[in-house]
Amino acid sequence: MSESSVAVELQGIWKRFPGVIANSNINLKVASGTVHAIVGENGAGKSTLMKILYGMQKADEGTISINGSALVFNSPSDAIGAGIGMVHQHFMLADNFTVLENIILGSEPKSGGKLDFVKARKLISDIAAENGLAVNPDVLVSELGVGDRQRIEILKVLYRGAHILILDEPTAVLVPHEVEELFSTLRDLKKQGFTVIFISHKLDEVLSIADEITVIRQGTTVGTVNPHVEKVSARDLAEMMVGNELPTPASVGNTIQDQVVLTVENLSVIATGGKAIVDGVSFKIRAGEILGIAGVEGNGQAEILNALMGIESATGKVMFQDEDISKKSTRHRRDLGIGFIPEDRQRQALLLEAPLWENRMLGHQTKAPNAKGFWLNPRGAKADTKRIVAEYDVRTPSIDVNASALSGGNQQKLIVGREMSNDPKLLIAAHPTRGVDVGAQAAIWDHIRNARQAGLAVLLISADLDELIGLSDSIKVLLRGKFVADADPATVTPQELGTAMTGAGRAA
Amino acid sequence: MNLRRLATSLIAPAIGLGVSLAATAIILISIGASVTVIFSSMWNYGTSPRAMTLMLNLATVYFLSALAVSIGFKMNLFNIGVNGQYILGSLAAAVVASNLQLPKAASITVTILTAMLVGAAWAGIAAWLKVARGVSEVISTIMLNFIAIGIISYLIVRTSIGTETGVNIRGTKLIPESGMLRGNAFIDPETKVYGFLFISIFVGVGYWFLLNRTRFGFDLRATGKSASAARTSGVQSTRMIVTTMLLSGAVAGLVGLPYLLGQTGSYNLQFPTEWGFIGIAIALLGRNNPLGIAFGAIFVAFLDVSSGQLVLEGVPREISTIMQGLIVIVVVISYEVVRRNQVKSEQRSVARALAKQEVSA
Repeated sequence: MSESSVAVELQGIWKRFPGVIANSNINLKVASGTVHAIVGENGAGKSTLMKILYGMQKADEGTISINGSALVFNSPSDAIGAGIGMVHQHFMLADNFTVLENIILGSEPKSGGKLDFVKARKLISDIAAENGLAVNPDVLVSELGVGDRQRIEILKVLYRGAHILILDEPTAVLVPHEVEELFSTLRDLKKQGFTVIFISHKLDEVLSIADEITVIRQGTTVGTVNPHVEKVSARDLAEMMVGNELPTPASVGNTIQDQVVLTVENLSVIATGGKAIVDGVSFKIRAGEILGIAGVEGNGQAEILNALMGIESATGKVMFQDEDISKKSTRHRRDLGIGFIPEDRQRQALLLEAPLWENRMLGHQTKAPNAKGFWLNPRGAKADTKRIVAEYDVRTPSIDVNASALSGGNQQKLIVGREMSNDPKLLIAAHPTRGVDVGAQAAIWDHIRNARQAGLAVLLISADLDELIGLSDSIKVLLRGKFVADADPATVTPQELGTAMTGAGRAA
Repeated sequence: MNLRRLATSLIAPAIGLGVSLAATAIILISIGASVTVIFSSMWNYGTSPRAMTLMLNLATVYFLSALAVSIGFKMNLFNIGVNGQYILGSLAAAVVASNLQLPKAASITVTILTAMLVGAAWAGIAAWLKVARGVSEVISTIMLNFIAIGIISYLIVRTSIGTETGVNIRGTKLIPESGMLRGNAFIDPETKVYGFLFISIFVGVGYWFLLNRTRFGFDLRATGKSASAARTSGVQSTRMIVTTMLLSGAVAGLVGLPYLLGQTGSYNLQFPTEWGFIGIAIALLGRNNPLGIAFGAIFVAFLDVSSGQLVLEGVPREISTIMQGLIVIVVVISYEVVRRNQVKSEQRSVARALAKQEVSA
């Protein structure tokens, strides 16, 4: 690679949120015409940084330079004007529009006040041909798969004249062969002179595509490596990501008891359209056991959880202790002593516009201390909320503020505290420490471990493989709705697990 | 914190009132009327004992109507069918009460239960359609309003339920005096304050307790704030929809009773049929809060009663309708603006408080 100019330079970026410092003294240089990866754990501050670069949020301090000139972005349109394009993790496409309409939406070519479809079509097919992005402009987006939708998102930003592309966790939703296609697209783009910033926490992928890799830990940049020059392994990167503290939740002893708490037999969830999202899954969890499920997001984890809680209809048999709960209501299941930490905390676990103590009641509104028979008991709920705030270190000035005023990590601590209350017998948890700072993360792990010692059974889903390996007594790998492998957390490495998750290999 | 909440909840109606008064003044000026003369004449009449009595009586009706609407609003259900529910409820109550020979308390209890039952049943049709067939309750309740009017006309004109009650007015048989709730003339010696006023206060208090102090109320509010979170917490959405609609319909059934039992004693073809729509506006004004609804009901009733003065001053009385509409729009907008600011300022104050904690720690 010849000496290249700097496309993006960030210097001394700081960003503080209520209770959390998301970015502290971030420094980043991205050479133009390269693929630059930014890696870090969940909650390390990657997304915040990209939002700052894309003008969605303003840094408290620091400067942004694009192609050598310092700029201030007040909104994404400023960033787009500077040639930056963002491909979001969650696609922003209108399903009932065609590919062509989606691409031009918001910056339509006009001639004499009318939409000029001929010109638009030509522009798009030129861009597509140049970059090897094959799309049919006339199909409805609703008919397309995930990989195609992502190509459209990329076309969209190219159409708007971007020469610097930010891709936020682009592979999270893709299956392996789609990942390969994406990578070949990125290589083509690089040849055309585009600069790509690639955010990910999947280290193997990053090593195979990136020219340079910057690691972020706890909101700050801890180093940049060039995998073409230095020999770095995924293990090295992982160590940089977690630092010296290595808060790996080492599993302490074996606490598994004889009593089976949860038995799942042949559980299936069928989507509208007949596709099995969860396909005949069976497992058992005993008291004092933590069963981890590993898998790339979107392979059926959320559906398993919702089916177990009775939120989503499913076939198969679910037994809680000796009771068949397959047909029982969500409330019945909760009243049996099943705690639930859902994947999407804002949609499923919180009433954002209600005070913290009312959120303490949510999901437990039938039980003490929140209720006495038919009546609510606000005093009891308030007292218990204060206990959770203290024990789980929820950073809040009062329990009367609305949940929306808390940062994501503090919301999560409140949810975990709530679900661990009332002595649950089974905890169904998705990403229990997502977005939580390192100290609080260790505290949550301790709480879960202590409860396990006392006989709590846990079904754990986590994108954080270290967490999964460190906490679980056994791990099953989920791919396209099926268990494809078992892994022993005592011996498996995150790399092996990651490979098994993509279906490429077999875990130990 | 709570004082601030109270203040912010008063800001929006204050802005609404101010802006709509200003807008009304502009309209009055544009049609060549004197603003001060008209406003002061409305105020002078509106504060007279007779007008205050009329205002309270009308407010009783509006209050019940708005409560019925707001039960639905609390969980994002739009019961536009209060009209149909209360006219059918009133008719049934009138028929039952006119055939009762019971002591007052028993007679009135039976009358009230009849009205609530019929109102709930009529709303239940919409609930069933929504749960079983996915029909929007907005559409079905509006349609049910028309059907209710049709049924009532048929029953009164074509069947023996209706008799001649006055010159060219057909209606139900008169309710005996033992079944009436005429109230007391304690403000103006000539006009009575409906006895139903106290029952509606009781309903308002019950509404507050049900929503804020019972598990059912929590489920209902949770569903309104986030249907997905409520479902995850174990609320069964179909059952909530049915119960809430039935409850809303039951309260709606009461809307015509203050007038029926305090004034006419008979459901006739001139019985007002539009009180449900005013309830929607007042529920919005009062933010689904019983106290707010009470103030909203009194205020709108004041405008209605004193708008008679407009005609005497040579101004069309529709001005007061325009004013009511303006207030609702402005208040709804300012509520939203205030709410957004509140969310932001709360986030800021949380951040500030935490920053201080960290410094001192």
